[in-house]
Amino acid sequence: MTSKNKWLSVPYLFWSVVFIIIPLGMILYYGLTDKTGAFTLDNIIAITTAGHAKALRLSLLLSLVSTLVCFLLAYPLAMILARIQVKRHNFIILIFILPMWMNFLLRTLAWQTLLEKNGVINHILAFFHLPALKIINTPAAIILGMVYNFLPFMVLPLYNALSKIDINVINAAHDLGADNFYTFVRIILPLSIPGIISGITMVFIPALTTFVISSLLGGGKLLLIGDVIEQEFTRTSNWHLGSGLSMVLMVFILINMVLSAIFDKDGEGSML
Amino acid sequence: MKRIKKQFIRSTAVLLSLLTALPLGGCTSSGRGINGQVIVYNWGEYIDPETIRLFEEESGIKVIYDEFETNESMYPKVESGAVAYDIACPSDYMISRMIENGMLAEIDYEKIPNAKKNIGAQYYEQSRGFDPENKYAVPYCWGTVGILYNKTMVDEPITRWEQLWDEKYADNILMQDSVRDAFMVAEKRNGDSMNTLDPEKLTAAKNLLIEQKPLVQAYVVDQVRDKMIGGEAAIGVIYSGEAIYTQKENPDLVYVIPEEGTNVWIDSWVILKNAPNKENAEKFIDFMCRADIALMNFDYITYSTPNVAARELIEDETVKNSEIAFPDLSQYSNLETYVYLGEEGDSLYNELWKEVKAY
Repeated sequence: MTSKNKWLSVPYLFWSVVFIIIPLGMILYYGLTDKTGAFTLDNIIAITTAGHAKALRLSLLLSLVSTLVCFLLAYPLAMILARIQVKRHNFIILIFILPMWMNFLLRTLAWQTLLEKNGVINHILAFFHLPALKIINTPAAIILGMVYNFLPFMVLPLYNALSKIDINVINAAHDLGADNFYTFVRIILPLSIPGIISGITMVFIPALTTFVISSLLGGGKLLLIGDVIEQEFTRTSNWHLGSGLSMVLMVFILINMVLSAIFDKDGEGSML
Repeated sequence: MKRIKKQFIRSTAVLLSLLTALPLGGCTSSGRGINGQVIVYNWGEYIDPETIRLFEEESGIKVIYDEFETNESMYPKVESGAVAYDIACPSDYMISRMIENGMLAEIDYEKIPNAKKNIGAQYYEQSRGFDPENKYAVPYCWGTVGILYNKTMVDEPITRWEQLWDEKYADNILMQDSVRDAFMVAEKRNGDSMNTLDPEKLTAAKNLLIEQKPLVQAYVVDQVRDKMIGGEAAIGVIYSGEAIYTQKENPDLVYVIPEEGTNVWIDSWVILKNAPNKENAEKFIDFMCRADIALMNFDYITYSTPNVAARELIEDETVKNSEIAFPDLSQYSNLETYVYLGEEGDSLYNELWKEVKAY
C-alpha cells in the first residue's frame, strides 16, 4: 500500500473508531458492570429470566419465519430478474428499491393505518362484503412488516448471485440431458448459495433486532428482545442490563456471520 | 461510582459534540437569537407553537424545542447530560425524583413574577406533595387519568375501572403503555394505593394486568386519542386534557373519572441545575405564565390550566365552567398523586411491567 492510499483511509479509520469501536467498548463496559461499576455477569445471565427468554424466543421465531418468507418470495423474482433482458431489469429493480427511498418509520406507520380495524384494507374488504382482516397487533402483522421492509435486502444479493451464473453452464447441463428441475437443483441452487447466505444475513439480523416494527404493528402486546433492550435504555434507564442483553444478541449475529463466512468464501454474494 | 459513569458519558458526549461541532463552528452562531437561546424539553404536542414564535419575537431568544413521550423516557436523557437542556416539564413524581437526585435549580420567583401572580394558590398547595417548599416547580398543566369511551360501541355507561376487564369489550380496549398509569388502573380496581410497594398488592395488580392482556387491543400512549376519534376502539385510558379535543372531533366520546378513584397529576416547568441559559429559562417560564399566552396554550392543547388569570379570560362559558377541564375534585374520593418510589421501587414496578408485557 502506498502512503497516498494510507492517507485516503484516515476518514474511514476515524469513522470506525468514533462510531464503531467506542460505542462497542461502551456496550462492553456497561454490559459487564453493575450500577456501582463492579464487574458482573448478571446482565448477561439475565437473558435466562422468563420474560427475557420468551422475548428472545419470539424474536428468533418471528425473524426466522420472515427470513424464510422473504427467501421464498425473493428467489423466483431474482431468477426472473437475472434472466430478463438488460433494459427492463433495471426498471424492475428500481421498482423494488423505490420504497426504500421513503423513511422506514413512515412506511411501517402506513402499514399500521392500512391494517387497522377501520383501516383502508378493511374498508375495501367491507365494500366487497368480504370478512374483515384481523391481523393488526398480532405476530402476523409483525412478520408482514418485517417481510415488507427487508425484502429488497434479500432480492438484491440473490439477483447479484444469480446473474453471475454463466448461461453457458446452464446450457451445458441441458445438453448433457438434465431437465429443468435437475438443472435447478444441481447447478443454479448451489451456485447461488453465496447470495442466499448473504440475503439471509441481511434479513435475519435486522429482523432479530428490530423494535420499531413490533411496537408499531404489535400494539405493544408482543415484546421482542429488541423492545426489551430499547426500553432498558429509554424508559427504565438501566443501561447495564440493556448492554448485557445486546451482547447476548450479538452472539446470534456472530453465529450468523460465521456461517456466512463459511459458505460465502469469496464474498461473491455481498451487496451489489 | 455513579459519578464516574456520568463523567464517562459526559466526556464521551462532549467529545462527540466537539467532533461534530468542529466543521459546523461557523454556522452555529448564526442559528442563535440576538439574546442567545433556551433549550426546552416538553411533552409531545404540549404547547401552541405560536406561543414559541411570539416568545422568540418579543425576547430575541431562540428556542430550541425538543419533545418526549413519557416521564420515563425523559429522565435518562436529561440525566446523561447528552443534551444540556435548560427547562423540562415533567410530572409530579418525576419532579420529586429529580429533586432527590439534585438535578433541579431553585426557582427565583422575583424573576418570574407571572408565576406567583397568575397561578392559583391551590395548585402550589397541591404541588407540595412532591415539591414541599414550592422551590422547584411552576405548574403548567394538570388533570386526571380517566376512561374515554365511545357511547355507540358500549351497551351501558362506563363508570368503573372494573369494566376494562369485561370480556364484552375484548379487542376494544386501549391501555396506556406507561408503567405507572397501567399499574394505577389495576391497583385502583383492587382498592389499593397507586403508590403501594406491598409485594402482595403488586403481584395482585400484575396478575390482573396479565388477565386483561388478551382483551387489550393495544398498549399505546399518544395514539389513544387518534384511535378513539377514529372509532378504532370502544374504551381507552386517557389523560383528561385529551377529552375536550377528542369530543370536539367525535361527539360520541365520553370522558369519566372512574368511581374507584384515579390519579391527579400536575406537569410543571422546572429549570435544570446545569442549565446553560438560566436567565433565558426564567424569561421563558415567565412568558408561558402570562395570562394571554397560557390561554393560547389552553385553547390549543385543551389540558386544564392552573393559570387562574387565563381561565378568567376564557370567553366560552361552557368551556370556562367545563366539568372536564376544571372538575371539582372535592366530589371524588380516592384521588391520589403519584409519589416517587425510589430507585428500588421503580425497578420493582418496571420488572413487573416487563412481565406483563412479555406474557
